[in-house]
Amino acid sequence: MESVRKNGIGLKGPMTTPIGKGFRSLNLTLRKSLGLYANVRPCLSIPGYKTPYDNVDLVTIRENTEGEYSGLEHQVVKGVVESLKIITRHASLRVADYAFQYARSNGRKRVSAIHKANIMKKTDGLFLQCCREVAEKHPDIVYEEVIIDNCCMMLVKNPSLFDVLVMPNLYGDIISDLCAGLIGGLGLTPSCNIGDNGLALAEAVHGTAPDIAGKNKANPTALLLSSVMMLRHLGMVEKADRIQKAILKTIEEGKYLTGDLGGKASTTEYTMAVCEHL
Amino acid sequence: MALFRRVKSLCSSTIRGYESSARHQLLYRCLGTSTKDTVVRATLFPGDGIGPEIASSVKQVFKAAEVPIEWEEHSIGTSVDPQTNSFVTFDSMESVRKNGIGLKGPMTTPIGKGFRSLNLTLRKSLGLYANVRPCLSIPGYKTPYDNVDLVTIRENTEGEYSGLEHQVVKGVVESLKIITRHASLRVADYAFQYARSNGRKRVSAIHKANIMKKTDGLFLQCCREVAEKHPDIVYEEVIIDNCCMMLVKNPSLFDVLVMPNLYGDIISDLCAGLIGGLGLTPSCNIGDNGLALAEAVHGTAPDIAGKNKANPTALLLSSVMMLRHLGMVEKADRIQKAILKTIEEGKYLTGDLGGKASTTEYTMAVCEHL
Repeated sequence: MESVRKNGIGLKGPMTTPIGKGFRSLNLTLRKSLGLYANVRPCLSIPGYKTPYDNVDLVTIRENTEGEYSGLEHQVVKGVVESLKIITRHASLRVADYAFQYARSNGRKRVSAIHKANIMKKTDGLFLQCCREVAEKHPDIVYEEVIIDNCCMMLVKNPSLFDVLVMPNLYGDIISDLCAGLIGGLGLTPSCNIGDNGLALAEAVHGTAPDIAGKNKANPTALLLSSVMMLRHLGMVEKADRIQKAILKTIEEGKYLTGDLGGKASTTEYTMAVCEHL
Repeated sequence: MALFRRVKSLCSSTIRGYESSARHQLLYRCLGTSTKDTVVRATLFPGDGIGPEIASSVKQVFKAAEVPIEWEEHSIGTSVDPQTNSFVTFDSMESVRKNGIGLKGPMTTPIGKGFRSLNLTLRKSLGLYANVRPCLSIPGYKTPYDNVDLVTIRENTEGEYSGLEHQVVKGVVESLKIITRHASLRVADYAFQYARSNGRKRVSAIHKANIMKKTDGLFLQCCREVAEKHPDIVYEEVIIDNCCMMLVKNPSLFDVLVMPNLYGDIISDLCAGLIGGLGLTPSCNIGDNGLALAEAVHGTAPDIAGKNKANPTALLLSSVMMLRHLGMVEKADRIQKAILKTIEEGKYLTGDLGGKASTTEYTMAVCEHL
């Protein structure tokens, strides 16, 4: 923990959650100790890897500390259970601020807040109010509000309608996985968690794939693209662009693809191909 | 065969408490003479905007198919009925309760205060607890998916939409999500009954119980209890975010999905998007005592209202759901085939489907395909 705090930047591979009790889950520990409040996932259609969509170019920014995942549940009477969804001004402003900063530093034109405030008037209403306040400070960036169910429908019909999406916890969880599905799945999706004091911990969100572990068959794309996000966060834009181009070119060429992408290349062969494309 | 299935499902479904006239009527219809001779009265709410046009399309198709339905039309009032505190009158509600079956077109929600929203009124008065949406890929209307054949069943009374919110302190707001055993069992029961009566093989419960252990946990527990009574139907549990990812990658992985309120709202609209949108998606709400209110879930489209341009497909497919609910399977299949064939042929498509046909031309083409 101290190492990440001191360095302010990190990269994390997949981790197995140990079964058992008496300790906190790994992800929870990282999140709480480092104050990771936003999960950022750019979703870009990868030429060479065919999905029903070829025009995806959006970024999902998910509030990652409160909302529906506050873990506050109890039984009222037998057969009746309640769960509390918490929305605070502090957390909503914080993630909205980050979303607009991100849009600005990455040349993004539009930020869409995803909500269900027509039904959840106070909670999602507060989230939207905070987004609006931040939006006013960035008049050059277009701001819009989209209801969550409409959003899902629009995403599967025409994902190019979206640019940057900012959302409370649950919707963010759902939408970020939906968008990962649009471009091919978690094996190709980068992710980065933003914490206190400009700290960033990039990570691959796929699993540990124990069945192919140690066999030089794994696809490093998700972790590579996450490391690119890390470089962008550090401002090393030129290096980030170079590496990203090399990765996309390798996949587009199709000569060295790992098994999950339909090819026969090993991890090392794919990696060398990326290096050559630099 | 259809009658037998219907009677069996009516008898085996849990009749809670009392029997109503609606249920007696339905039983009588099915146990009595064949559906050809017995005319069923159904309530029709044409709705606003394009509502009346697409409703008359349904009437036309039913007439051409010789469907034994007698329509009892009701409109939304222009003043608030004090008995319902809504623009939907008490008489309209009674009509649906008495007939046990209805069809509803799109309705505009009036702006203002002091009365309940129309959908809320219908839902509360009729005890509508499950929203059912079959999503079927329509040959002739291209979307990135051509293999969608699933049904979403959404719990529609509680969950995240209980409307219980409050401010704790300035800048901190709470919202309560309620899950009850009663409502979860009820919708799970319906989902398995539906799967059984419609020849479906698998029911997937969608949840986030790894995080919301007590609430979604209770929902799952109830689904499992019901699943045990139907060992011939495959039961599985899928986490909501995985579910969305699987749906956009390969929707053929799913058959029947049963979900609490919010996930149901999201997933049912996602699935409607997979097949082309709300203009093509049928929907049916299930209420107390076997009551069913089918409805088109798209808007009133005021910009094309009265211009004979509207696409009646959603309402037509919803009316097909109505017929299936009544056990009139042969008529339902015939009309559904005619609709799908018309769209596949592509000669008479309304504007939203990329064609130039009017509502009446499209309707006539469907009638001809019967």
